[in-house]
Amino acid sequence: MEVPYTVENRPDTGLYNAKVGIWLFLASEVMLFGALFSSYILLRVGALEGHWPTELLNVPIGTVNTMVLILSSVTVVMAWASLKLNDFEKFKMYQLATVICALMFVLIKSYEYRDKFTHHDVVLADGMRVDGHLVEETDEYIVLSHPVSYPAVKGIGYRPTAIKEAEHGDDHHHAEDRKIMLADIVKRTTWGPWANTYFAIYFTLTGLHALHVIAGALVIAYYWGPGSKMWKTNPEQFTNRIEVSGLFWHFVDLVWIFLFPILYLL
Amino acid sequence: MSGHGPEEIKKTVRTYLKVLGVLVVGTIVTVGASYIHFESMAMTVGLALLIASVKAGFVALYFMHLIDEKKVIYQLLGLTTFFFLGLMVLTIWASGDKPMNTVMP
Repeated sequence: MEVPYTVENRPDTGLYNAKVGIWLFLASEVMLFGALFSSYILLRVGALEGHWPTELLNVPIGTVNTMVLILSSVTVVMAWASLKLNDFEKFKMYQLATVICALMFVLIKSYEYRDKFTHHDVVLADGMRVDGHLVEETDEYIVLSHPVSYPAVKGIGYRPTAIKEAEHGDDHHHAEDRKIMLADIVKRTTWGPWANTYFAIYFTLTGLHALHVIAGALVIAYYWGPGSKMWKTNPEQFTNRIEVSGLFWHFVDLVWIFLFPILYLL
Repeated sequence: MSGHGPEEIKKTVRTYLKVLGVLVVGTIVTVGASYIHFESMAMTVGLALLIASVKAGFVALYFMHLIDEKKVIYQLLGLTTFFFLGLMVLTIWASGDKPMNTVMP
């Protein structure tokens, strides 16, 4: 049995079925991310004054990733336009460029995640908090690089303020490395989603977005590789498939356009 | 997108490149604006979301072809916008009952 309306438009909608389908799917995605955005708003406005962490993420890296995703949005639409112009070689080139951009985005995001997962935060028996990257660990002590210390009651988000205070000569340690005896540690964690609600919502939002990037990249890579055979047998249906996968990719870009300022800049 | 002739597509390609320029400039402005210290937090959030909305608008209108789409898609998106805004308004409305102290030291 042949699937109807894969190329020609349905008389009632004026569109081929896959296009209506992807827009219905994207509508459900809007509500999915909308629910998480509203969770973010509630957590943000519910945080005590000065306790919501800011400046913990790397803005230049986030900006580069934003540019990478914007560029991929252009290459994906150029791939579709190339098919419309009957230029299969250019389509392949733009499609490959999109996959490379997607890989770059995921690699940069992985680097950011790794940076957070290796950032240790310890609360000491004397009521001070020390955080920094773990460089050495034994049965007796750990060594943190570029540690910053401040009263534990200030919370994880106080780190940027503590660094500024250290630069102005206030009483905060900001040495190259610091050895901490395990016996002096009351609580120890890393900057993963378990650290606090800021990191929980950060990892949830960016993790879900990254899954969308990976899924979209797999589909785009398939149509760049084995799936591109369809161009020889049914070029119109193939072009429609590229348009549909492109619509999904643009949605992924749209979500990041809002995630970047909310998580990195505000 | 209704017009799919080669000339139409070539013209559209030029538009895509212009939109790329707008998005790059928009990103730079967003980052730059984050370094401006506004008295009100609402002003900072409002400006960031305004720039993001303009960028998103360009992506949706030109890359997703919403500038020239069929009525059924607009109807579908109208319904989505209604429910999305409802979700956001209800969230803000409920902020009086917000869970306090959501980030513990």
